[in-house]
Amino acid sequence: MTTIDRPTLPDGLVAVVKRDCPTCELVVPVLDRLAGDGPHLTVYTQDDPSFPGIEGDVVDDTDLTVSWHHEIETVPTLLRVEDGVEVERIVGWSREQWRAFTSVDDLGTDLPEMRPGCGSLSVDPSLADELLARFGGSNLRSRRIEIAALEDEFEAAFDRGWTDGLPVVTPTEARVLRMLEGTTRAPDETVATVPPDLAEVTVEQVAINAVMAGCRPEYLPVVLTAVEAACTEDFNMHGLLATTYFSGPIIVVNGPIAGRIGLNAAGNVLGQGTRANSTIGRALQLVIRNLGGGKPGGVDMSAIGSPSKLGLCFAEREHDSPFAPLSVERGLAEGTDALTLFAGHGPNAIVDQLSRTPESLVRSMAAVLRAQANPKLAMGMDAMLIVGPEHGRIFREAGWDRSRFRTELEGLLMLEADPMLRGTDGIDEGLPDFAAGATVPKFRPGGLQIVHAGGDAGLFSAVVGGWVGGPKGSEPVTVEITP
Amino acid sequence: MSENRTTIVLDPTTGKEAAGFPGADRVASIEGKTVGLLDITKPRGDVFLDRLEELLVERGANVTRYAKPTFTKPAPVDLRHEIAANCDAVIEALAD
Repeated sequence: MTTIDRPTLPDGLVAVVKRDCPTCELVVPVLDRLAGDGPHLTVYTQDDPSFPGIEGDVVDDTDLTVSWHHEIETVPTLLRVEDGVEVERIVGWSREQWRAFTSVDDLGTDLPEMRPGCGSLSVDPSLADELLARFGGSNLRSRRIEIAALEDEFEAAFDRGWTDGLPVVTPTEARVLRMLEGTTRAPDETVATVPPDLAEVTVEQVAINAVMAGCRPEYLPVVLTAVEAACTEDFNMHGLLATTYFSGPIIVVNGPIAGRIGLNAAGNVLGQGTRANSTIGRALQLVIRNLGGGKPGGVDMSAIGSPSKLGLCFAEREHDSPFAPLSVERGLAEGTDALTLFAGHGPNAIVDQLSRTPESLVRSMAAVLRAQANPKLAMGMDAMLIVGPEHGRIFREAGWDRSRFRTELEGLLMLEADPMLRGTDGIDEGLPDFAAGATVPKFRPGGLQIVHAGGDAGLFSAVVGGWVGGPKGSEPVTVEITP
Repeated sequence: MSENRTTIVLDPTTGKEAAGFPGADRVASIEGKTVGLLDITKPRGDVFLDRLEELLVERGANVTRYAKPTFTKPAPVDLRHEIAANCDAVIEALAD
């Protein structure tokens, strides 16, 4: 990267001004007077090269090179420079100060005695990141890639294979620096070893992909934690990516961070329309694609895939849930910012608009869960049950907490193996013959996650099908989200 | 902030291709050679490998059978080393 050197100031008096500042407008007659009299005056103008419109040396500083490097915070600023070195500065307008500074005793007689200055454009918050990136000699280590002026930056990202099929936000240094403000971690800190290429990736590299996914800086801690969780032996991201099955990593967030960053837990919870939901899961998938090297048709051999392979993230609806949060059931303290990573795909509907008792409703749910993957299979594939709020209310009002609900549901998911054996019902698929006579659970122990989420209205819940669970496939991982 | 200038972006990739591995030298003949048969433990992989074993033995090969603990994960390093140390060739079976 080329860094721009600190420009040397001319000897004499130097003033830095902008048109969009009433105090600068006020001092125009003073600058005019100084330009024609006394030590040499050079004026740097930040926003309008035709300002202040006086005879004399007026220098265009609209790229803010001089202002940024000389740490101008207020305009007007008046500097005295000797042998190229600043020896004194004053800011704003004060008749007394300016007279003493310039040794012109009758300066600004018609002006008020004092006016505070305005903020320098070089410290404008909306420009700060870009200026830091341009002038700051940033400590980011990633390779710089030049997109030519005539190249469309969105097309350039597609051409380089950086996208999941949707456009990405162009990862400029300014945007990446802004993204990194979302975490307390250093840019060069290692986050995880990402499969399938086993790339050791840094906070900076994850931040680049989070920018591309469309994340805001406050989402970055969730993305970083999700990358860490995905790359554990338990979660088995490599296998999940490589499988011909449907699933991808689904992120469920618990704790106050969900509300703080605007994650949706309510209406259309798995759908479109909420930036945090749409971009956090996508950022994880872009990390796996761009840094891990996992791409469809390469290591990703999913036969049919699912829309959730673009990325899926949502929050549990905690405030009126009949159940303790998922993260609490999985061992973390209530109120902890946490995420659970689950290997799953899209939702299947559970429709029950007539049940008004928990006993009836839980049987509906069990009936749909029994058909998950194939009604004749058990113990192989995991699942996540999303209990909608109108269904949840029935359990809450009946006093069924998470543990009671789970016990009742799992009891209904103990199945007689015989009608599920291979060949029964005219279907070759099924449980192996050695299961004859046994009773089997539909899901392995720990293979069914229960979450409360969704909109206020609609007597619906959902089953999110999952991949092979446990040590033979993917174990859900629940971890605290750290800043 | 002038228009129409080049945009500098940060590389979102590692900038590296995953290292490729050259395949082992092909054996000229399987006669007297040890052939490893690796079952990834998908259903009916054993059916395929049993038949392969018959055919290989008919042709004078020695056969050693191996299996991955689960088809969902890469073969453990120890298993890969054991196969490499003991076999002249290996056949991996994917099945369903």
